[in-house]
Parts: sequence; structure tokens; C-alpha cells
Amino acid sequence: MSVKTPSKLEKILRAGHLGVTSECGPPRGSDPEAIKEKAELIRNHVDAINITDNQTSVTRLCSLASCIHLKLMGVEPVLQMVTRDRNRIALQSDILGAASFDIHNMLCLSGDHQSFGDCPQGQNVHDLDSMQLIQLVRRMRDEGKFLGGDDIKRPPKIFVGAAANPFADPFEIRVPRLAKKIAAGVEFIQTQCIYNLDKFEEWMKLARDRGLHEKVFILAGMTPMKSAGMARYMKNRVPGMDVPDEVIKRLSGVPKEKQPEEGINICVEAIQRLKEVEGVSGFHIMAIEWEEKVPEIAERSGLYPRPVVEG
Amino acid sequence: MIVADKKPIEEIIEEIKDYNKILILGCNECVTVCEAGGKKEVGILASALRMYFLNQGKEMKIDERTLERQCDNEYLEEIRDIADEYDAILSLACGVGVQFTAERYHSVPVYPGVNTCFLGATEERGLWTERCQACGQCILAYTGGICPVSRCAKRLLNGPCGGSSNGKCEINKELDCAWQLIIDRLKELDRLDDYEKIFPLKDWSTDRAGGPRKVVREDVKL
Amino acid sequence: MRLQYPANIKIIRVPCTGKIDVLHILRAFEKGADGVYAVGCMEGDCRYESGNFRAKKRVEQAQQILNTIGISGERTRMYNLSSGEGPLFAEIAREMTEKIRKLGPNPIKLAKKKAA
Repeated sequence: MSVKTPSKLEKILRAGHLGVTSECGPPRGSDPEAIKEKAELIRNHVDAINITDNQTSVTRLCSLASCIHLKLMGVEPVLQMVTRDRNRIALQSDILGAASFDIHNMLCLSGDHQSFGDCPQGQNVHDLDSMQLIQLVRRMRDEGKFLGGDDIKRPPKIFVGAAANPFADPFEIRVPRLAKKIAAGVEFIQTQCIYNLDKFEEWMKLARDRGLHEKVFILAGMTPMKSAGMARYMKNRVPGMDVPDEVIKRLSGVPKEKQPEEGINICVEAIQRLKEVEGVSGFHIMAIEWEEKVPEIAERSGLYPRPVVEG
Repeated sequence: MIVADKKPIEEIIEEIKDYNKILILGCNECVTVCEAGGKKEVGILASALRMYFLNQGKEMKIDERTLERQCDNEYLEEIRDIADEYDAILSLACGVGVQFTAERYHSVPVYPGVNTCFLGATEERGLWTERCQACGQCILAYTGGICPVSRCAKRLLNGPCGGSSNGKCEINKELDCAWQLIIDRLKELDRLDDYEKIFPLKDWSTDRAGGPRKVVREDVKL
Repeated sequence: MRLQYPANIKIIRVPCTGKIDVLHILRAFEKGADGVYAVGCMEGDCRYESGNFRAKKRVEQAQQILNTIGISGERTRMYNLSSGEGPLFAEIAREMTEKIRKLGPNPIKLAKKKAA
């Protein structure tokens, strides 16, 4: 697979290195310092940083502007874009806007339902779904065409990603769904947070059985738990999250002040185990409001220093 | 059918309190089946409103009438002779009936007495659920007869999203995940391979997005 | 059993309390009744399985409407008793009459008189 975009993340993955990405949520205000500070903490330990797009439907500074801030710092962004808030005009327009700042990675998502956020009475758009957004970006990039058929002057050069949740239901279509996203044109996948390693490995095996691991880069999603309380919350309250009881038990088994450290240990051990799984191309470390721990996790997991590729 | 729900009596009182003569106009079709605006509901509402206003020291003339349909001119004509006798008409029909009545009787204000909710079915008495959003381009042939446009909270044509859990939707644990239903159904029909076909971008111009719609049938026009 | 119960009560027979509708209750009040109560079979003993449960719900609906329009919902209620409980029937009649007496006359009746 030859490199198709100037994306550093793509080059690292295609060179056969384990890729490392992380994630920052933009602030609920217009001060960009929060993003810059978070990025500064982790920039040397990751290849690219995702910027979430009004995650859980809570209104925040926009993903695109945040990505531009990263770009201006010399940090590689992954623009997350949800179909919840944009119709096909806005999607194409924002893709071009991102490309105009040479943002080279995008994650195509449908987005959490607005009922979870601060505007539950709002409309949602869903003119396209995430699968169709993948197709749209690939068409704009590879064919240089708008949906309407017109040519795009200077088409976007974007490495196309999507999410996958190996734990959502129904399990039997989880791998077919991955295959479907690959058929739509996705090039990298960042998974939902993985705590049930056995189930994830089963999913990977089923993906390998169909040769899917050779058609897409799968970055395993990792989120360290800060406490047993957080683990219980994730298990019970976050849809599509699979947190085995052993994880909760292990965290509860240590005193409260030691739980964050134990959470990091669990995360590091998981990365070390999953590094050996064929088809795992890297890790997406989402330390939610705990970005300062990403360097430690990367270092202890043997993911540091990051490879240097020619830009 | 078109499913409607009753408006709170307080809201209706607010709508009509300044009038003296009101006609409460029911409809014998969908709103009768969903027990929101049929003859019986007209009677209950009329009785309650009469008592309310009487109790407030106001004698309000509140009459009852239920038409076969309010979405059909010929039935609406049945109140031609009496419509002018009223200060206002309170229609318990769906939004279509309310508007059609208003279009027919320009000089009488028409108020809605129900909230029109969706196109749905009676699952059991007292439980009506949505099945169709009238998108104008039916795709049920490809989705095992289950509509993701009306039954998936995100209208996903290539679902399910990551929020599907134990067959339920992320927004409400009592709501079935439409894509779980579709997959179960495809499996029953031995058509699960169809799941991997990517559903192309939908033409929403036949949906609400295309503006007010009409169906013109020259073949049946008189 | 020549049981005494208040003479101010008018009995309306229905084949089953399941026949009673919200509308019947409201119309009775509109016509000037001070109180309306339904007497059904014991829960679980309905000959038609769920008639008395339906009545219970409809009485509740009527209570809600009456409260909304400023007439106490307490003026209507549901009782359950078996056919062999004549003394209880009389007692209920007394209880209901006493309760309604305390609430006073139906305000609609008074409003009508005033309007006339």
C-alpha cells in the first residue's frame, strides 16, 4: 500500500511502525490555550492528536478551529467530524476548509445523539451516515469531485479514518461492519476503549480470518481508568462499553489514592499484550482530562520514542 | 395512521378562553383510533370545558360535532351551515384536519386540540409507536421491512452505531435498536449477506427537505 | 336484609363497571351530581376479566380532569366489593355521602343557578 496523502500518521503506519494517537476535547469557551496546553503535554509522545467534534453533543469550540491551532503549533491533527450537525454541503465545505490548512487526517463519525448533550431539544441532521462520509472524503480526494459532480480545484489530501466498536451489539455484525467501512474506503480505524481484551482479540481474529487487518490500520483504543468509580460508571452508563468485573475488582482492590496508578498499570499492561496481536497497528490513547499521563503510558508501554518519518 | 396525543386541558383553555361560542370538531379517522380526537374525546373535552367555564362564572356555548374526516372537503362541507355560528372551532383532528378546516372556513379561527405526533401503529391499547416518516422514497425492500429512517434515532442507512446495546438504542433503554431489528430480520430471511451492501446517499429531496410535497395523479383526476 | 342507605343516592345499573366511561362520570357532574362513585366487583373477580380495572383507570382519568377544571377529583372514586356484601354497600353509600357533604355541593350546580 503506497502512501496516498502527506499525513505523517499514514507514513508511520505504512512504514510498519506502531502508530500512536491521542485525543483532546476542545474547551467550552473561545480561549485556545487549553488545547495548546494539552497538545504541548503530549506532542512528543504521539504521532497525531484527534480533536473531538462536540463530543457527547455538548457544545464546544469547533474541531476544525482546534485542529488549525494544532497545525500552527506544528502538531499533526486528526479532525473528527460528525454527521449529526452538518448536511452534505457543510461536510464538503468543512473538508475543504480543513484541507486548506493542510489537515491531513480525518475521523468520520455519526456522533452521539444530541439528547446526551446541552441542546437535547435541537435538530439532528444525519443527511449522511459515517459510512457515507467515508465514501464522500475518498471521492473528494481520489476523484477530485464534489458530490454534485463538479471538479474540485486542489482536492483535499486526507487520510481517512473511522471508529469501530468491537463491543457494541450485535456482535455478529461487528466484523462485517468493519468490512463494510473498509469497502467504503476507510484507511485507519480507532476503536472504542478496550477493557475486555479477550473479546477484542476475538474480534481481531475474526477480522484476520477475512484478511481485513491487511486492508486497514487498526489502532486499539485505550483509556486509563482514574478510579473504580469511573470504571463502574463506564460499565453501567456508557452505551457500547464493555468493562469486565475483574477490572473493577482490581481497581477497588487498592486504596483510593492508589487507584489512578493502578488504572495506568492496567492500561500499560493492556497495550503490552495487544502489541503482540497480529493486525493491531497502533494505539489510540484517550486519557480523558488526564492528558498529562499519556507520556508515561507511552513510555512504559515501549511506544516511545516516536519514529521519525520524512515529511 | 396518523397518531396524535391529547393536548393538556389547561393549554386548550388558554387558546379559547376569550370566545363565547365554540365548536369542538372531532374526526372519525386516525385520531379516533388513537383515542385523541374521536367522538368520545370530543364529548369528554366539551363536558370538561363547559364545567370549567361555568365554574369561572362564564357561560360558554360549547357544541360537539364529529366528522367522518377533516382531511376531505366533502365531509367538511357538512358544517357549512353552522360554522359561522361559532367564534372559533377547536379541531381535534390531526394537523392536516386543523389546516383543512381553516382553509375551508376563512372567517372562523380554528385551534388545534391535539398534538399530531407521527405515522404509526397501535402496538397495544394505549401504546402507539412510530413506523414511517413519509420520506417519499421507500427503502423497506432493502432493510428487511424495518425502517431505519423512522426507527433509528440517527436515521442511519448503514447502522447500527456504536451505541446499540443488548438490542436497545443508546438514547433510551426501552427503545429497540432499529438496526438490531433489521439484522435479526435479515438473518431470519437468510439475507444477512445484504448487510454488507453499502447503502448509497439518500435522495432527501422527496423528504421534508425538498419543501412541501404533493402527489399528482393525472390518471385518477376527474 | 332490609338495609338502610342514604336516599340521595341514585343508582345507575351497568352490566359491568367496565362499561363506565369518563364521559359518563363527567356528564353526571355536568348535570349536577355532587359526587359519582363506581361500585365494581373485587379486583381479580371480574366476570369479564378486566372490567373493574378499566373502570378504576377511567375513574382516575375523571379525577384528573375534575382537578384540572377546578372541581375536586375527590368527588369521584371507585369501590370494590363482592355481591354478598350488602352491609358494606350500605356503609360505602354512607361514607361517600358523608364525604361529599363535607366537600359541599357541586360548584357547577351553583354556577348554573347563578347563571340562570
